[in-house]
Amino acid sequence: MTTALIEVRDLCVEFGPRSRPIQAVSGVDLTIEPGEIVGIAGESGSGKTTLCAALIRALPRTARVSGDVTFENRSIFAMSPSELRKLRGREISMILQNPMTSLDPLFTIGNQLAEVLSTRGGTAASAMLAREIELLRSVHLTAPEARLRQYPHELSGGMRQRILIAMASATAPKLLLADEPTTALDATIQEEILVLFREIRDLYGTAIAIITHDLGVIRRICDRVIVMYAGRIVEEGPVETVFTAPQHPYTRALLASIPVLDEDRVILQAIPGQVPNLADLGNFCPFAQRCPMVVNRCRVESPSERLIGERHRVFCWRAGEAA
Amino acid sequence: MSVDIDGKPQAMIERLRGLSLGPVGDFPLVAAICCALLVTAALVGHWLTPYAKDAVDLSASLAPPFWQPGGSTKHLLGTDQLGRDIFSRLIAGARISLATAAAATMISGVFGVSVGLVAGYVGGFVEAVVMRIVDAFLSLPFILLALALVATLGSGFGNIIMVMVIANWARYARLVRSEVISIKQRDYVTLARIAGVRPLRIMVRHVLPNALNSVVVLAILDVGRAIILESSLSFLGVGIQPPDVSWGLMLADGRTFLGFAWWLTTLPGITIVIAVLSFNALGRWLRIQLDPRGQL
Amino acid sequence: MAVYLLRRIGETLITLLLVTLLVFCLTRLTGDPTTLLLPPESSEEARAYFRHYNGLDRSLLVQYVTYLQHVAAGDFGTSFRLNEPAIDIVLQALGPTLKLAGVGMVLSILIGLPLGIWAAASRFAAVRRMVDWYASLGQALPPFWSGLTLVMVFALWIPIFPTSGYGAPIYYVLPAFTLAISTSASIAGLTAVNMTEALKADFIQLERVLGLSEMRILLKHALRNAALPIVTYIGLQFGLILGGAIVTERVFAWPGIGQRIVEAILGRDFPVVQAIVLVTALLFLLINLLIDILYMMLDPRLRT
Repeated sequence: MTTALIEVRDLCVEFGPRSRPIQAVSGVDLTIEPGEIVGIAGESGSGKTTLCAALIRALPRTARVSGDVTFENRSIFAMSPSELRKLRGREISMILQNPMTSLDPLFTIGNQLAEVLSTRGGTAASAMLAREIELLRSVHLTAPEARLRQYPHELSGGMRQRILIAMASATAPKLLLADEPTTALDATIQEEILVLFREIRDLYGTAIAIITHDLGVIRRICDRVIVMYAGRIVEEGPVETVFTAPQHPYTRALLASIPVLDEDRVILQAIPGQVPNLADLGNFCPFAQRCPMVVNRCRVESPSERLIGERHRVFCWRAGEAA
Repeated sequence: MSVDIDGKPQAMIERLRGLSLGPVGDFPLVAAICCALLVTAALVGHWLTPYAKDAVDLSASLAPPFWQPGGSTKHLLGTDQLGRDIFSRLIAGARISLATAAAATMISGVFGVSVGLVAGYVGGFVEAVVMRIVDAFLSLPFILLALALVATLGSGFGNIIMVMVIANWARYARLVRSEVISIKQRDYVTLARIAGVRPLRIMVRHVLPNALNSVVVLAILDVGRAIILESSLSFLGVGIQPPDVSWGLMLADGRTFLGFAWWLTTLPGITIVIAVLSFNALGRWLRIQLDPRGQL
Repeated sequence: MAVYLLRRIGETLITLLLVTLLVFCLTRLTGDPTTLLLPPESSEEARAYFRHYNGLDRSLLVQYVTYLQHVAAGDFGTSFRLNEPAIDIVLQALGPTLKLAGVGMVLSILIGLPLGIWAAASRFAAVRRMVDWYASLGQALPPFWSGLTLVMVFALWIPIFPTSGYGAPIYYVLPAFTLAISTSASIAGLTAVNMTEALKADFIQLERVLGLSEMRILLKHALRNAALPIVTYIGLQFGLILGGAIVTERVFAWPGIGQRIVEAILGRDFPVVQAIVLVTALLFLLINLLIDILYMMLDPRLRT
């Protein structure tokens, strides 16, 4: 029994032929506490989206899963479909990657909003309109009455994202999963959306998990960051700590690759090499081929968890050593 | 959606989610065998049939197929009211029906492709005019157009082919023209144009081969349609005329005896269905091989 | 939107014009149209009058214009078998055909649409395969054969329904099912494909994650999105049903335009043929236009 909202234990998700499976997520343990904003960082193929989908059991039917995910001490994978449906949208909500395609183009905003509200229950038909307007206002959308009558294609990406956030937060969920919420948006809008997330957390106490490859986003609003690589967690800890003193070589390289624009010259530092094929993983550190600090042990044994400081853990045989 | 925890291979469902539900990937063996048999029957059948197609034998009139009481192995599939052997007539019908379908498909294909090729490549006013004409032809239901043409041109083997060509060429024209438009924009065509290659040569050497994939698929799928059209016209009495044999004609003949001589109508009908299904299955398999994105 | 509408109407008119041109050419194809359009035993005076009335002694362009004028006025010539204006015969026959096509279409949708939805929504590969087989088989069955087989089984062997005729609802059953066999098959196939595509959309995924019921997702969102190509197809099918109806009408002696056109061809009565072709083409083009308008109403993205 834990107080954590979400607890993930040894989660593995694989796809493809059993003889040579693609391991999208391998052996992930993590917790999410109520009310915290967690960032899950990684490149494409790091497994972050698959992990997020697993939390809400939204994986494709071809996925093979082992391990467990519990929400408030209830196992997500053991739930019946109707229990799961009650959970989704009410206690756990989600925002998908692309706001441009996340709304049904054939129905008005008001129609789709009403749908979410009525399915979740608790809103009388007479109060529906007022509640919708209230929701749109809460995400700082101008002219909410007009918006309700409009169709998705009449609105900009930023506006659509706000509406999606409104839909996701309508039931004051305990956990909100946001998959690349700002990637498709302009920089100025990004900031506003991030502010929205913080407001939702402050207002409803919603825990938020933000999946993104954009470290800047994580630094701006996350309390804690989880760095993933090739389906595994490599480092996890409070944002300040990890960003100022990263312990895993990959985290260091990631942070170093952010272009620094306030100098005269911008040096782009890429990480040499490529992400390994997810079907070729095994009992070794996945970052070994590209790691500047690699030693023999890295190639033959998967790094185990090492705790460094307050809630800061790393999966590296050489953690704690200077770069 | 729920997770499939025991992970049964769901590859089949994934494949079937493609744009064309069908015998995905596996070669439709049965269909191919049927097609081969039919084509063989059409080509050499009339040398191998036990009886001539119009061999009349009134003493054996209306004999049922051999597995029914009253039937015999002398006439495997029975006889019609004039004692003509059904099996032999089915083979003779294969010759006519497949020949008609093949000829009509090929000729309308060649004509339609040429028109579409020119229209698509040349563009401009020519294309606009041609496509309007194509649309006009496509706006009429196939069989209506065919009937109107039969009214003027008459029926019979040669005329029917002409009728089917006129009714069908527009589909090829439209397909090829849209293919040409997309191919035109590709780099190797632009390069050829810049290099000063003559338009005709570009059209034939570069554009055409790339457009042919979809044409071939359309053509094979069309064989089925052609068979149905020809047999419909023959059934109505305005298609193939006696003494030529067509499956549709056999059905019309057998109609009078529908209640008690079921084989006169059912057997030709089943033959038509098998022919159409086989060619369609082959065509669908080809489409998946040649055009996996299903642009048809 | 208004621009689109005007453009479509313009296109329809042009196509209609071209169709009249086509028919006009048909009558001139075999030489002297009087052999086609007048009864063979007409007198020379009658032919001379006919030539003059139709401008046959003038240039081809004038002939065409005259022809257009006649057509616009509804004058397609006189049926020499029945000694009535061809247009009257067509209009009389139109009713039964439209009724049969209507019933057949409704039946096809009632059978085909649910099958297609089921195939797309079901998690069992067997269901999808079964519907796919139904789709292929139904379209491979020529209507004259399925009609005759239905008559054989349900009118002769088991005498429930009449073998032919027109009138009370019971006469509609077998012909409507004959039409429905092939049409429902293609509707089922098309619906399955389009629904499958629609269900892959991002917003469907989101709706699931937000906890909307599967039934609502299927029938409200996926279906509406898949409906657009299906609606277009149904319009197209009307033309194809007309084709099926021609043959079906012959099988069941249904007094519709299919029956009439075949009779006319066999009796060398070209004015009727001409009238039927033009009226049907007009109907078909009008229906396509209506479908386009409907399409626009269903998809808000097209309205701007």
